[in-house]
Amino acid sequence: MKQSEWTIESNLPIAYRTFEMVLRGDTVGILPGQFVDVALPDFFLRRPLSVCDIEDDRLTLIYKVVGAGTSAMSAMQAGTRLDILTGLGNGYNLTLAGHDVLLVGGGVGIPPLVFAVRQLLNTGRRARVVMGFNTAREVFGEELFRRMGCSVEVCTMDGSYGKKGMVTDLLTASEPFYYACGPLPMLRALVQKVGTNGQVSMEERMGCGVGLCVGCSIRTRHGIKRVCKEGPVFSADEIQWM
Amino acid sequence: MDVRLGDIVLKNPVIPASGTCGFGQELTEWMDINQLGAIATKGTTREARYGNPLPRIAECGHAGMLNAVGLQNPGVEEVIRHEMPALRALYKGPIVANISGFSLDEYAYVCHRMDEETDVAILEVNISCPNVQHGGMAFGTTPDAAAEVTRTVKAVTRKPVFMKLSPNVTDITAIARACVEAGADGLCLINTILGMRIDIHRRQPVLANRYGGYSGPGIFPVALRMVNQVRHACPDTPIIGCGGISSADDVIEMMMAGANAVEIGSQNLRDPQACQRIISDLPVRMSELKINHLQDIIGIV
Repeated sequence: MKQSEWTIESNLPIAYRTFEMVLRGDTVGILPGQFVDVALPDFFLRRPLSVCDIEDDRLTLIYKVVGAGTSAMSAMQAGTRLDILTGLGNGYNLTLAGHDVLLVGGGVGIPPLVFAVRQLLNTGRRARVVMGFNTAREVFGEELFRRMGCSVEVCTMDGSYGKKGMVTDLLTASEPFYYACGPLPMLRALVQKVGTNGQVSMEERMGCGVGLCVGCSIRTRHGIKRVCKEGPVFSADEIQWM
Repeated sequence: MDVRLGDIVLKNPVIPASGTCGFGQELTEWMDINQLGAIATKGTTREARYGNPLPRIAECGHAGMLNAVGLQNPGVEEVIRHEMPALRALYKGPIVANISGFSLDEYAYVCHRMDEETDVAILEVNISCPNVQHGGMAFGTTPDAAAEVTRTVKAVTRKPVFMKLSPNVTDITAIARACVEAGADGLCLINTILGMRIDIHRRQPVLANRYGGYSGPGIFPVALRMVNQVRHACPDTPIIGCGGISSADDVIEMMMAGANAVEIGSQNLRDPQACQRIISDLPVRMSELKINHLQDIIGIV
């Protein structure tokens, strides 16, 4: 965990209200599934964003414009400097995966899977990515995953792109170990259909992002845990889904 | 930079506020906590508590934030068994144990248990938590109730007792005086201001608890005014000033208003190194402002 200054290299829209920001700075020690906490000049709390990818000194973040803070972020120009806390949270435990591994993402829950897939492929695993969106204009990342060398399936709720329906419509009850990130209803449906043989990344509104304020605590089967500190990645069987 | 809180000497006036530094462990990942004047630990109750449902954090632009955590803590026995020894192993300075309760009995019980804890220097008794029903702030909004809690805890401890006051009152000086007359050794003010945010898309409160405590730079002028009023009402009482402090200049301003020491709260959540920055900036600003000793500026306004 460290606090450091980063410089925006690019900040471009890649889908409806969805932006990809590439920053340069100190990437040492950042793990797949971790998040960063970005200080914005006119907002008191930092914005916690999952790490999408790391390459050399480049950090990629993909974020959706959902409020005033992310809206201000989307207007930031290349060259702008940002104060960011990095290396936050636990990250995915990639040693849990066998030879075949499933990655399931919904909307802006997809970005953290990119860095995970890169590392899984580097260690000789075969990865299948299943991603879901509401509608065609929100779709991103399909080409990226394909270029990396995994099989990719896309579905949309309204059928305007890929298969019509939810990610779980593309899955069976016997899937390999999975890593998932996305909205709570998607994760819940995933666990219901595929079971708990996987890790999920949880999202909660945070205060500090570093374990100080306990604003993001959830009740798990193993007691109270802070999403920012003991998470954001949890074993699927740890979460109280209902 | 040393200051006094009654008989206790702090090497500098900077204390991370209760609820923004856990039991000190997490701060060690960002700074050398032995630089701190003292540490105020997470509000502790008799039983373990999860607190309020999520979401329990809401932002207020650049002015600060709301929280409705609702006193999540592992309970006093666990705090004494694990948290305090773990903190003591890492930190040599004074520990301010923040205590909360839902009844006079509970305040008495938790204070009595903490009294036996040699690592604790000061009991900071929270009669101002706005995020729990029955108890918390209810004890801090009338002079009689505040005095009753003060008398109750003073009867079970020999440690110095600082009452943490609520700003959600008509006249904070009446509460402050009642606490001091009931035997309080010091006061800490202010706790958060009761506030609210509404999600205009969902047409619902942002916080699951509906209301929450407002803190951050936006409350600094209110905190300053209240500390100043209480300093004049209780000229000899040690005061820990708290509320929206985010810089060394704010510390100096709060001390000029009447605080003997300060707590830094929300700023730790934006910047986990805030206390360290403030401590290193303080001597620089003191010399620029021709302040030889911080003791000299306490309550000069």
